[in-house]
Amino acid sequence: MTIVAEGTPANEPAGANRWTRLTRPALGLVLPVTLAAAWEIIVRMGWSTGRLVPPPSVVFTTFVDLARTGDLQRDTLVTLGRVAAGFGFGVVAATIVGAAAGYSPLVRRLLDPTLQALRAIPSIAWVPLFVLWLGIFEASKITLIAVGVFFPVYLGLMGAIQSVDRKLVEVGRAFRLSDTEMVYRILLPAVLPAYIISLRSGLGLGWMFVVAAEFLGASEGLGYLLIDGQQLGKPAEIVAAIVAFAIIGKVTDWLIALAAAPFLRWEDVVRHD
Amino acid sequence: MLVLDRVGKVYPNGVHALSGVSAEVALGEIVAVIGGSGCGKSTLLRAVAGLDPASEGAVLLDGERISAPHEKIGIIFQEPRLLPWLKVADNVGFGLHDRPKDERAQRVAAALKRVGLADKAQVWPRELSGGQAQRASIARALVPRPEVLLLDEPFSALDAFTRGDLQDHLLDLWADAKPTLIVVTHDVEEAIVLADRVMVMRPRPGHIFEEIGVDLPRPRDRQSAAFDFVKRRLLSALDRSLNRAGAEPGEEQKAAAGAALWW
Repeated sequence: MTIVAEGTPANEPAGANRWTRLTRPALGLVLPVTLAAAWEIIVRMGWSTGRLVPPPSVVFTTFVDLARTGDLQRDTLVTLGRVAAGFGFGVVAATIVGAAAGYSPLVRRLLDPTLQALRAIPSIAWVPLFVLWLGIFEASKITLIAVGVFFPVYLGLMGAIQSVDRKLVEVGRAFRLSDTEMVYRILLPAVLPAYIISLRSGLGLGWMFVVAAEFLGASEGLGYLLIDGQQLGKPAEIVAAIVAFAIIGKVTDWLIALAAAPFLRWEDVVRHD
Repeated sequence: MLVLDRVGKVYPNGVHALSGVSAEVALGEIVAVIGGSGCGKSTLLRAVAGLDPASEGAVLLDGERISAPHEKIGIIFQEPRLLPWLKVADNVGFGLHDRPKDERAQRVAAALKRVGLADKAQVWPRELSGGQAQRASIARALVPRPEVLLLDEPFSALDAFTRGDLQDHLLDLWADAKPTLIVVTHDVEEAIVLADRVMVMRPRPGHIFEEIGVDLPRPRDRQSAAFDFVKRRLLSALDRSLNRAGAEPGEEQKAAAGAALWW
C-alpha cells in the first residue's frame, strides 16, 4: 500500500470518481491474474509438468491442506508473534532515540554518527553474533527483527522532527506555549505523517528480517515452512508460504494505515491505493 | 503605551541589524514602518514581539520590559501560518486553550463571523484561499484581545484587490477594540491607508530616518489629491533614505511648501 499525492479530484463528477476507485485496483490485478491463468493452462495442457513451478490450483490445494492440518495457522501465529515483538521493541527504541536526536542537537551529535555507522552494516551480518550472545531460540530472532525495524523508524522520526516548519514553531512561541505544549500541540502533529510512513517501512523490514531469522534453526514459523519446502522438495509449500507472507504483510501494513488515517485527515491529499 | 528606548540588535554572526531606534507609540495608534529591504524593519518588529529580543536598549510595554512573547502582544506574519492539522475554528482559538470551552467556542465564533469566515469554521486551512487564510490568521491574533498587534508585511503575498479589501477590513476590525497597530510594509499606499504616522527606516545599521504624520480623515480615499500628496512626500523620503539621485533636499522643501497650500 502506498500513499499517493495527486491533484484533488474534487472537480470530477462523483460517478467518475467511483468508477476510477473501482477500476484502478482492478487494473493492477490484470497482469498477475493473466500470468497465473496462463501458467495454469500451460500445465493443464501438459506443455509443462509444473513440478518446479506449481500452477495456482496446486498452490491453492497445498494452502488448504496446510490450513486443514493447522500447520499454517500455527506457523503464521508464531511468525506474527515474532514480528510483533521485534517490531514493538524496535519501534519503542527507535522512537525514544529518534525523538531525542531530533529534538536535541547534542544528543544527535553524540549518537547519530555511531548509529549511521551501525546502519551501514547489513543487518543479517549480526546473526552469528546474536546467536552466540542470545542463543538460537526466540531472543536472537526478535533482536534481529528489532534491529531491522529500528533504523527506518529512527531515521524517519529524527528527520521529521528536524524538518518541522520553523515558522509554525514560531507561531507556538508567539502564543507562549511551554516546552511540553510545544511538543504535543506543534511537534507531534507536524511529525505524525512522516512517523507513520517510517513505521510502515519499518514493518516492511520486520517482515524481511523474520524470514532471515527463521531460516536459522527455527522449528516453526512461515520461514521454517519455506526451508521445509526446499528440503523436502515441495515447491507448492514454498509458494503457499510466500503467499501467506504477502497476505499478512499487506494486512498488517493496512492496519497501521487504517489506525493512522483519522489523525492524518488534514493532509493535503492522502489517497490509499 | 509602547516605548522603544534606543533599541538595537546585533545578531550572533556580528551583523548589526538595528541601532538606536527610539519611539513612543500611544495605545490605539497605528504606526507603519517602511523602508527598503534589509533596513531592519522586520528585525524591529520581531524585537517588539519578543521573538528575537533586542540586544541593546529596551522595548517597554506599559513599563514592562519585553524580552519574550507577551500575552498583550499579538503578531500576524507575512504568511498566514495556520496549523494545517487544525480546523479553521481551532486555529482561530489557538491562543485561548486555557479558557473554558464555552467561552472559547463563543469567542471563536464571534471572531470568525467578524472576519466573514463563519461558514469556514469546520474546514481545513488548505481549503481556504490566500485572502481567507490571512483573515483567519488575523482573527487568530485578535481573539486573545491583544493591546498591541504587530503585522509583518501582512498582505504582501496577496493580489492587489484582496490586499485593498483586507486593508479596509483590518481598519474595520481595529475599530472594535482599538489596539495599537504596528505595520511593517514596503507598500507606500498601504502605509498611508492604514497609519497615523509612518516611520521611514534606513539600513546599515537599521535606524529611523524620518517620521511622517498622516493627518488624513478616515476612511481614506486612495484617489484623493491629499492622499497623493502624502504619498509623494513619503516616496521622496524613501528615495532619500536610499540615497537616490533626484531627491535633493530642495525638492522636499517645495513639497513642504505645497503642504501649506493643502491645509
